[in-house]
Amino acid sequence: MQFRIRGDTILKILLIAAALFIIGIVVALAAELYKGAAASIFKFGPAFLIGSKWKVNKNEFGALPFIYGTLLTSAIAIVIGFPISLGVAIFISEKLKSHRSFGYVLGIIVDLLAAVPSVVYGLWGVFVLIPLLRTYAQTPLHHYLGFIPLFSGNPNLGSDFFTAGIVLAIMIIPTMSAVSRDVLNAVPNSQREAMYSLGATDWEVTQKSVLPYARSGIFGGFILGLGRAFGETMAVTMLIGNIPTITANLFSPGYTLSSLIANEFGGSSGLYESSILEIALILFAVALLVNVLARLLLWRMNRGIQIKF
Amino acid sequence: MTKANLPARISLWRKIVDKLMTILVLIAVVLAIVPLILILGDVFMKGAPALSIGFLTNVPTAQNISGGGIGPAIQGSFIMVGLGALISVPIGVGAGIFFSEWSTSKLSTISGFMNDVLTGFPTMVLGLFVFILIVLTTKEYSAFAGGVALSLIMTPIIARTTSESLKLVPTSLREASMALGIPRWKTVLRIVLSTGKNGLLTGVLLAVARAMGETAPLLFTAATSVIFAKSLFLPTASLTIYIYNYAISGAPSLVTQAWGAALLLILVLLALNLLVKLTIGRNSSKARMEM
Repeated sequence: MQFRIRGDTILKILLIAAALFIIGIVVALAAELYKGAAASIFKFGPAFLIGSKWKVNKNEFGALPFIYGTLLTSAIAIVIGFPISLGVAIFISEKLKSHRSFGYVLGIIVDLLAAVPSVVYGLWGVFVLIPLLRTYAQTPLHHYLGFIPLFSGNPNLGSDFFTAGIVLAIMIIPTMSAVSRDVLNAVPNSQREAMYSLGATDWEVTQKSVLPYARSGIFGGFILGLGRAFGETMAVTMLIGNIPTITANLFSPGYTLSSLIANEFGGSSGLYESSILEIALILFAVALLVNVLARLLLWRMNRGIQIKF
Repeated sequence: MTKANLPARISLWRKIVDKLMTILVLIAVVLAIVPLILILGDVFMKGAPALSIGFLTNVPTAQNISGGGIGPAIQGSFIMVGLGALISVPIGVGAGIFFSEWSTSKLSTISGFMNDVLTGFPTMVLGLFVFILIVLTTKEYSAFAGGVALSLIMTPIIARTTSESLKLVPTSLREASMALGIPRWKTVLRIVLSTGKNGLLTGVLLAVARAMGETAPLLFTAATSVIFAKSLFLPTASLTIYIYNYAISGAPSLVTQAWGAALLLILVLLALNLLVKLTIGRNSSKARMEM
């Protein structure tokens, strides 16, 4: 009896330690970044967020161009990636309903996009995608739609918001489509049958019955994809040109929060280093917000845990 | 009743919309698969000429000297992923057991939530964190720091897949064991863990695959090196950083080597992923989500 209690206690203590460790990582991460960024936070205050200058020799730092670059490339990725992901999910869970194993294989193939490392996306982007996009996307877009500010720039640069956004779209498709697929698969069949019995077509069933039922889960997947796009580093660093720019022109080089860290943190010191750590803190805060939101949506959907907003 | 007598006949317009949406969904599938085919095709075609036994075992050389290889990078990647696994497997499995077997406790909910949040975290930021914690203390980039950074990425993946696979173990098994008077710790370790071990293995393999492909967390922790690692506390090469440095070098001979290293990396990762998906991972759909 004595032994039983001791064994249970030891196991529980070990497991609790592991669980606390995970909470500890997140807390320590926030604390360390804040400590490192303190000098920059006190020097620039909230103006850091809207400052658009990044002049190392004059000790002037502002995050706006990087925030802009992160938001713009992620927006391009979502605009292109989300409809494709949703389409894939609908195809697998609705159109292939009676061909489960084919749907399963197709799911694995799309998931493999997530197995390709970021740096390989970057390598491929630099040497294959840039010339492809220049010839088949950027030049025609500029030629026919050049009057729109988005496409007015020189289409021949290659390293720009547009290319980085396209690669990000490819990278977030597996995340978003896997989540949407799981969510659509979890929609009860009675939901579909009721609609069919009213004489609806396949698409009407999907549009009016399945998608509304699954919307909070799909939105969770959307946010999760957005979070991935925000944090993605290597491929974007290799493709965006790394020049701080704020412009509506998609064919212009830019810079993102994470690529700034990758390029400039090594060898930085003093206020410069602190400013980069504040950039990391911004990235941390945004990632935390986005992931908490996504997880709340998905948890509510998947596990039936009631979380009040 | 014949079809024509049905009260609600489907109008032409509704049929057209239905067909149109089917076509759009098909286009989406094509658009998702084409990049994968292109990437794999290019990596195979451009990488294959670089591969040779010497390439896999030699140390890198300057760009105009032939015979350079990725030996140190392969060694470094294995050391750091191995170290990452050594740290993350016990913690991840422990946390996973706690999430599944004590799922009603508040700590379990909070930690499980943080764990899910951590899976989506920018890995660049995790690398900076380890830089501040370890590199600033030891004053040296090292395989140890790189391994710790990778373990931060692997732990939440292992914890989540472990807890999801243990939740699939029927409660009746636990009850049967408890009814025999077996203490809870023995029930968890002998009955629950051994029943759910496939899921556990899935989690570890997924985490290894994920860590193998990471670059950003190694930039400021392990940095890079051109020689074989002799100590855990010196800068260490890795496949991903090797690819990155050579890809942006601008020298054609080095870019070819970058493609070769990319091919090797992709082959390892595809093998790991397919192994997980096609065999043991079939039942744990959650594993897929957390990648």
